[in-house]
Amino acid sequence: MPTIAVDKAALYKELGKEYTTKEFDELCFEFGIELDEDTSESTKPEDQNQPAQLKIEIPANRYDMLCFEGIVMNLKVFLEQQQLPKWTVNAPKGGELQVLNIKPETKQIRELCSGVILRGITFTQERYDSFIALQDKLHANLARQRTLVSIGTHDLDTVKGPFSYEALPPEEIKFIPLKQDKEMNGKQLMEFYEKDKHLGRFLHIIRDSPVYPVIYDSNRTVLSLPPIINGEHSKVKVSTKNVFIEITATDKTKLEIVNHMLVAMFAAYAESIEPIKINSPHNGESREAPDLSPRQMQAEVKYLNDVTGLNLSPEEISKLLSKMGHDVTPSKSDANILDVSVPITRADILHQADIMEDYAIAYGFNKLPQVFPNKTAAVSAPLPINKLSDIVRLETAASGWTEVMPLILCSHEENFEWLNRKDDGKSAIKLANPKTAEYQLVRTSLLPGLLKTINSNKHHSVPMKIFEVSDIGVVDLEQERKSRNERHFAAAVMGKTSGFEQVHGLLDRLMLMLRSAFLTREDGLKNEKLQGYWIEEVDDPTFLAGHSAAIRINLGGKNHTIGVFGILHPSVLQKFELPYPVSTLEFNLEVFL
Amino acid sequence: MPGTRGPVPVPLEAKSQNLTQEILDLLDTKEPLQTNEDFPAISQAEIKAALDRLASRSMVEYKSLDSERILLTAESEGIVEHGSHELKVWKAVKERGSIPIKELPSIVGAESASVGQGNGFKNKWIKKDGDAIVLVETEEPKDTNRDLLKGIKDSQSLDDAKLLAQLRKKKLVTVTKVITYTVTKGTKYAKDIPVEHTDLTVDLLASGAWETANFKPYNFAALGANQDAGALHPLNKVRQEFRNIFFSQGFVEMPTGHYVDTGFWNFDALFVPQQHPARDMQDTFFVSYPPKADKPRLDAASEAVMDRMEAGSRRLFAKPEDEKKEKKPRDFEKYWDDVKKVHQDGAFGSIGYRYPWEEDESLRLVLRTHTTAVSTWALHRLAEDPRPARYFSIDRVFRNETVDATHLAEFHQIEGVIADFDLTLGGLQRFLVDFFTNMGISNLRFKPAYNPYTEPSMEIFGYHAGLKRWLEIGNSGMFRPEMLEPMGLPKDMRVYGFGLSLERPTMMKYGVSNIRELLGHKVDLSWIREQPAVRFDKE
Repeated sequence: MPTIAVDKAALYKELGKEYTTKEFDELCFEFGIELDEDTSESTKPEDQNQPAQLKIEIPANRYDMLCFEGIVMNLKVFLEQQQLPKWTVNAPKGGELQVLNIKPETKQIRELCSGVILRGITFTQERYDSFIALQDKLHANLARQRTLVSIGTHDLDTVKGPFSYEALPPEEIKFIPLKQDKEMNGKQLMEFYEKDKHLGRFLHIIRDSPVYPVIYDSNRTVLSLPPIINGEHSKVKVSTKNVFIEITATDKTKLEIVNHMLVAMFAAYAESIEPIKINSPHNGESREAPDLSPRQMQAEVKYLNDVTGLNLSPEEISKLLSKMGHDVTPSKSDANILDVSVPITRADILHQADIMEDYAIAYGFNKLPQVFPNKTAAVSAPLPINKLSDIVRLETAASGWTEVMPLILCSHEENFEWLNRKDDGKSAIKLANPKTAEYQLVRTSLLPGLLKTINSNKHHSVPMKIFEVSDIGVVDLEQERKSRNERHFAAAVMGKTSGFEQVHGLLDRLMLMLRSAFLTREDGLKNEKLQGYWIEEVDDPTFLAGHSAAIRINLGGKNHTIGVFGILHPSVLQKFELPYPVSTLEFNLEVFL
Repeated sequence: MPGTRGPVPVPLEAKSQNLTQEILDLLDTKEPLQTNEDFPAISQAEIKAALDRLASRSMVEYKSLDSERILLTAESEGIVEHGSHELKVWKAVKERGSIPIKELPSIVGAESASVGQGNGFKNKWIKKDGDAIVLVETEEPKDTNRDLLKGIKDSQSLDDAKLLAQLRKKKLVTVTKVITYTVTKGTKYAKDIPVEHTDLTVDLLASGAWETANFKPYNFAALGANQDAGALHPLNKVRQEFRNIFFSQGFVEMPTGHYVDTGFWNFDALFVPQQHPARDMQDTFFVSYPPKADKPRLDAASEAVMDRMEAGSRRLFAKPEDEKKEKKPRDFEKYWDDVKKVHQDGAFGSIGYRYPWEEDESLRLVLRTHTTAVSTWALHRLAEDPRPARYFSIDRVFRNETVDATHLAEFHQIEGVIADFDLTLGGLQRFLVDFFTNMGISNLRFKPAYNPYTEPSMEIFGYHAGLKRWLEIGNSGMFRPEMLEPMGLPKDMRVYGFGLSLERPTMMKYGVSNIRELLGHKVDLSWIREQPAVRFDKE
């Protein structure tokens, strides 16, 4: 969620009231934004040395509150101090619109472009700073770090239309970038900003493309190289009177949302909002932009009242919704219908469910009738594998073992090499983008977690007896998700002696509790009808030779190998840095379901 | 030796003497005893142990006396024996008539040379003659320093406090605290210690000796025997308490047995747009192998387990007309298309997000970022036969977070879902008030919030009486029509969803400030064993 810092005194002046921090916090809470911090209550010197700020968290879909102007506007509407403005475009005196021609080559890199002109704007330093900050916030959030949309703003009086949006090889684009004093071409510019902390992270969007997007005026002055940087020539200053805003994008919906937000937030400082004429015949995007007309939609009175549990009249609902910026009138033809004009600022409204939520906010979430309908009772049920796990967990703890909860994710070597196990490349779920080597894959065994837990507890006295009942993950190409979990049981004991008979005894105890009888190997192999478990010596490099056993089980006439136990091989102890002998037991619980 | 029981010989051996017996013997003829006088060679600790042993049986009584004792150091012991440094120097000079200053240390030793020379000059016993020392006092002078120390040695005391401080500073004496005991006969004094039994044994029972046996008093101030107990993990104990709340409210536990899910179930089906920041590499773990999922389809194993769990509710709520009711099987292809449509073009009364929806993005495998992915699956299944239902799960979820005191790359999500007809927002609030009351938080309020798959969305704040402020304790809302209607659920069926992490309430409950001390391999085993049982109803 974005956090916006606003000047406290200026905000309270606009709202016409000196709020206490608690009062303002309440207002934010009811409206659905969050007061994060009042810097006047901070003890940090950097906060005390400047005018008090309020840091306000804004919901991620409220692009209309990403600057001071938007927060003031929406709160004043919510407090019924003003109506939401109605924005309209006006052609200039001569009637002649500025023209933007889009070349078909732009399709290769960043196809869409729009814009608007704010005429006769009056900036102050505060307004100017807010204008710049809003662009940053929009770039960071809605525009997904400029990949989807990017904004360029220009002093219209320094350039001359018609403007042209083109895509050219980087070497052919030459200009002085913003805040620089020497001309460079597209290629040089990439090198120049390579190490730039702020701009460096946007270069990848176009760097490897054979052509870069660029906007020229009729004198071939470069306005900007979207989505990286504007030209120095047309820079907007506090003294600028007429602002030309161009917006390029790969996402058509977000392109116009950005245009709407810039207009709605700053038109109040301008004499008029002037549309531009866009020629883009190759993709059917020729039009006049922006379109500032509110979106017309309908909402059902019954739906709004049913879901909120309220029972207000269409008129009362309309009044409440105007606090949220909607212009609502009960339909003349249908008493159940409200005609809603959704303003350009409310791009988050997709469905009448959003209108319903605004109705509930305007009424007050915490004033809604809290009644839970006593219509249905339900019948609970535990997940069978969890019920089975609980049986095993309780029996193991009752046998004197301590339950641990290590992580699911682990490194490749903990899961394989350190246990003397080979990765066949087909069984383990691997991660594409872990931040550290600790999280390379989903464990295929519970052993790494148990052994790491013992390692972190080396300062405790031995013997140390621990267990875990949890899932491992395996690749299973038959599944829709190409993988599945498997519920395992595992235990480990570290002591001065190996503890082999301890894990063996624990296995016997659990099998007894799970109604699985002990068979001798001969019986088990001979008689298919005999249900129960037996163990067989196995050769397993995780364990000391001659001291590991496979756990075999006959269930319903089927033989399974469900796991293995044994004394860990000394090389495994060395890898996990365990000073005493350790024996482990691990088996698949799912066969007992 | 733990486990030793039965009659044990009581005497305490000290330096091959039977000290307790000696004390008893001596008391017979001399009362009271002064331990410093009567047992000067035995250390105070040994005396005390023997006296305690006897006193606990009321055989003796004793009082302790604290006093200070002044003792000589090795240096001053030497002075008492061989004379002071200055006298040594005087004697050496007397013997030789004159000693070059340079040679003095080699004759009397370095320490005596430096201290003795200075004191000798001061006392006017000797003087400098050029580079040599010669006598002033020709008769052997009185060695006052030695006499002083000798006196201290004999009396072990010194009344002059100023002088004592000087001597301590010169490291000639040390002061030790001495505890001595005055011992008298106790109420049960006897010359012999009777045989004592530490415990009632089978032999004592069999012989009948228990009737006359003398039992050693039990130490009621100490802890009992260590139980070598096994233990359940505190996080799982809290988890069980939450499960019990859910079970008491008729919830069915969802099958969450796959850490890996698809972009479709984890995001798209939940109406999370494909460009949503949650789908960034920064926030979500993507799976590199296996490379790609199948499109959504029937999953026989999960179906079977849900059928099994829902059998109870089917039985109980069965109505005659149900048999005629037609179940409409899920159409996964239509579901896929409708999800695409509602994102890309808008549908079901929504204008949608209006962006080109990519099939490949939906088939990417991720580690599930929430168990709501499973709730989505369960709700889609419910659309075959829409009826009131309550589902919950508590299982592991994954976020590609930078690890710190409050964030791990994995944690447990508690999730509850209630589907019914004509539910209201206030009803959800009511339910949550009840739910959190069960875990001891009764004062709630709700903040409007944003979540891509719920509308309205409410953050749940609970009043923490200890911290005296409101804390966010969970999230909730009603699932969006854009999520429910593509599933085929009827318009008037509404679904509550709410969730919280398991770790956060557990950290609050147990006062843990670092999540790594709660989940993962760094957790301390003693901590696990020592955490009390969780009783939401009691706290």
